[in-house]
Amino acid sequence: MAKWGFIVTTALLAMSLVSCGGEPTDPTAAGVGTGQSRLGTVLNRGQLICGVSGQLPGFSFVDQSGRYTGLDVDICRAIAAALFDDPTAVEFRNLNAKERFTAVQTGEVDVLSRNTTWTISRDSSVGLEFAPVVFYDGQGIMVRRSDNIQSLEDLKNQSICTQTGTTNEQNLADQMRKRGIPYQPVVFEDINTAYATYAEGRCQAVTSDRSQLLSRRSTLPQPKNHLILNEVLSKEPLAPAVAGGDHQWFDVVKWVVYATIEAEELGITSANLDELTSSSDPVVRRFLGVEGDLGQGLGLDNDFAAQVVKHIGNYGEIYNRHLGPQTSLDLERGLNQLWTAGGLLYAPPFR
Amino acid sequence: MTRFPIQLKPFWRDVRFWRYAGQVLAVVAIASFALLLWNNLSRNLQQLGIQLGFDFLQSQAAFDIGETPIAYSPTDPYRQALLIGLLNSLRIMVVGILLATVVGVTVGIARLSDNWLVRQLAALYVETLRNTPLLLQLFFWYFAVFLNLPATRNALVLPGSIYLSQRGILLPWLQPNTVTPIWLACLGGGLVLVGGIWFRQQQRRQQPGSASRIWLVVLSAIALAGLLAWLLTAQPPLDWDLPRQTGAGLAGGLWLSSEFATLLIGLTLYTAAFIAEIVRAGIQAVPKGQWEAARALGLQSGLVMRLVVFPQALRIIVPPLTSQYLNLAKNSSLAIAVGYPDIYFVASTTFNQTGRAVEVMLLLMGTYLSISLLISLVMNLYNRAVQVKER
Repeated sequence: MAKWGFIVTTALLAMSLVSCGGEPTDPTAAGVGTGQSRLGTVLNRGQLICGVSGQLPGFSFVDQSGRYTGLDVDICRAIAAALFDDPTAVEFRNLNAKERFTAVQTGEVDVLSRNTTWTISRDSSVGLEFAPVVFYDGQGIMVRRSDNIQSLEDLKNQSICTQTGTTNEQNLADQMRKRGIPYQPVVFEDINTAYATYAEGRCQAVTSDRSQLLSRRSTLPQPKNHLILNEVLSKEPLAPAVAGGDHQWFDVVKWVVYATIEAEELGITSANLDELTSSSDPVVRRFLGVEGDLGQGLGLDNDFAAQVVKHIGNYGEIYNRHLGPQTSLDLERGLNQLWTAGGLLYAPPFR
Repeated sequence: MTRFPIQLKPFWRDVRFWRYAGQVLAVVAIASFALLLWNNLSRNLQQLGIQLGFDFLQSQAAFDIGETPIAYSPTDPYRQALLIGLLNSLRIMVVGILLATVVGVTVGIARLSDNWLVRQLAALYVETLRNTPLLLQLFFWYFAVFLNLPATRNALVLPGSIYLSQRGILLPWLQPNTVTPIWLACLGGGLVLVGGIWFRQQQRRQQPGSASRIWLVVLSAIALAGLLAWLLTAQPPLDWDLPRQTGAGLAGGLWLSSEFATLLIGLTLYTAAFIAEIVRAGIQAVPKGQWEAARALGLQSGLVMRLVVFPQALRIIVPPLTSQYLNLAKNSSLAIAVGYPDIYFVASTTFNQTGRAVEVMLLLMGTYLSISLLISLVMNLYNRAVQVKER
């Protein structure tokens, strides 16, 4: 009897496998989404979902009043301003270094604005699309002044703290291998643990993007005791990212970022916006949507750039608000200047 | 008059048919559900343009690992890095399980001690460690204990050449030298000799009572082998590798990093608290009559516990003990919070650098599942050995 039952079970199982396994795949589903771009989804929702770090002063941080502030946060607000004319129509989600890519890939967040470095592997094998670079950074190393460490060679056989899931581990390994310096990496999941361990003295150095080092140094017990070496271990262009395969949404995000840069180049700020709306310069008029149909191809209003500048300001204002001389970070603009001032920010023509 | 042949019941009136049909339906339902999930996954991945495949294991890892039990460099492929992670995990699991058992059994028996102070201390230990989160305990050990040790150049030196510093614990260790193979050969020869003698004894069917002579033979064979090796080489086979301060820091000896020590101590003490309660429950489940009878025979407390009560308590202790071992094995994945490079950490880094979420998760789940099933298997075999043998 048991044998008979076994035979029946196997037969039914085989039949179900054969019938369910050969489902034909939808040819149009490969690559592009279900047909509707994320732009439509976001507009219907009425709110943008933005993935940020939430733990990095200057880039994405929760201030004392409970509001999200930072460069990355303002980029998201700019996108919301362009879409809804309302910079508060954003929901922020804190993502750590490990979950950020999966969150974008699966569509849990619409845009990832989380000081993420643009690299070839993230563009291709992870399948993200990167909007223009909003912050040109590099990887650096922070040490204690009292240890008398002048260069990477002094870190031979020492411990270096870092965070997992970032380009930092690989860059550090590459640079140390290039110089032939053995060292011991101590890697943590949580960024706070990494810096706390360095502050306690377990590691002789901590490595991360220079902007992050400067930002976190201000939170250490005695910021003056720590020195950031001049060695630049890598290029770290930080850019917002969206999921691959959605051209329309990617164009929207891309051109909102360019709009902030172009606004600074044209000298348009949130203060003189009203005055410049009645300007006679055709470039300015077209940019602000007074004439022409700039937004049509993107699926936005023609004056989306004006909305961005009105609520958020141009790139220079955004930068100074979070990383400028008035803030505790006081980061020099360096490469983050317009191309006309010797930097790398260059927006294609708005025509 | 002929009788009609006995009519068989129609199959739908046979209870056995319904039992089997129910089983078959359940199996089909589960299989279809699993297939549905799998199809959903592949369709979604196809939409996102992500291919499944394990070829990324061949690519260069390009990251360094802090502790490597075997040789590793960033040019090695990902599978080498994952192997290192696995070895690190196994280090923690094996040592952790052994230590947790020792500590847990001790504390469990202490909970039932006649001494009031010992009893209360054990109770305090168990209640504190069972009721606080493990991650919190790990952070406590890391930040409050190990990182408060002095820096390497001012390392604390304990007698026996043990160095304690922020970097970790350095213990004196033995290492093989040039004459070790000769010693090993002699010892091997001695063991072969012992094996031969044992085999001959078995064949002759030794009478009971003379089994103790076997140990005498074994020990004398090993002693003879040692003597022979000493005569040949005039040198001990292992050298002391003592830790010492050099210009560039501490060197030598066996290095147990702060991260490893934190994870080990944290996991051991946490799991031992649970094991202590299981041991206590097992011992208390042995009928009081056994205690009384053993005492009536004139045995002292210690012998009663060892010879009479504990072997009976083992039957109740072993199944929940298996669960605690599995908990320890899986809790070791918290290593990433304190910076110890175990399999979970290496898999995370691999996932981050290659973006292959599904494959890496499958690998991780497969690893933990295999290790856990292995532990369960061994413990179940042991369980069968200590079970009550019913006739």
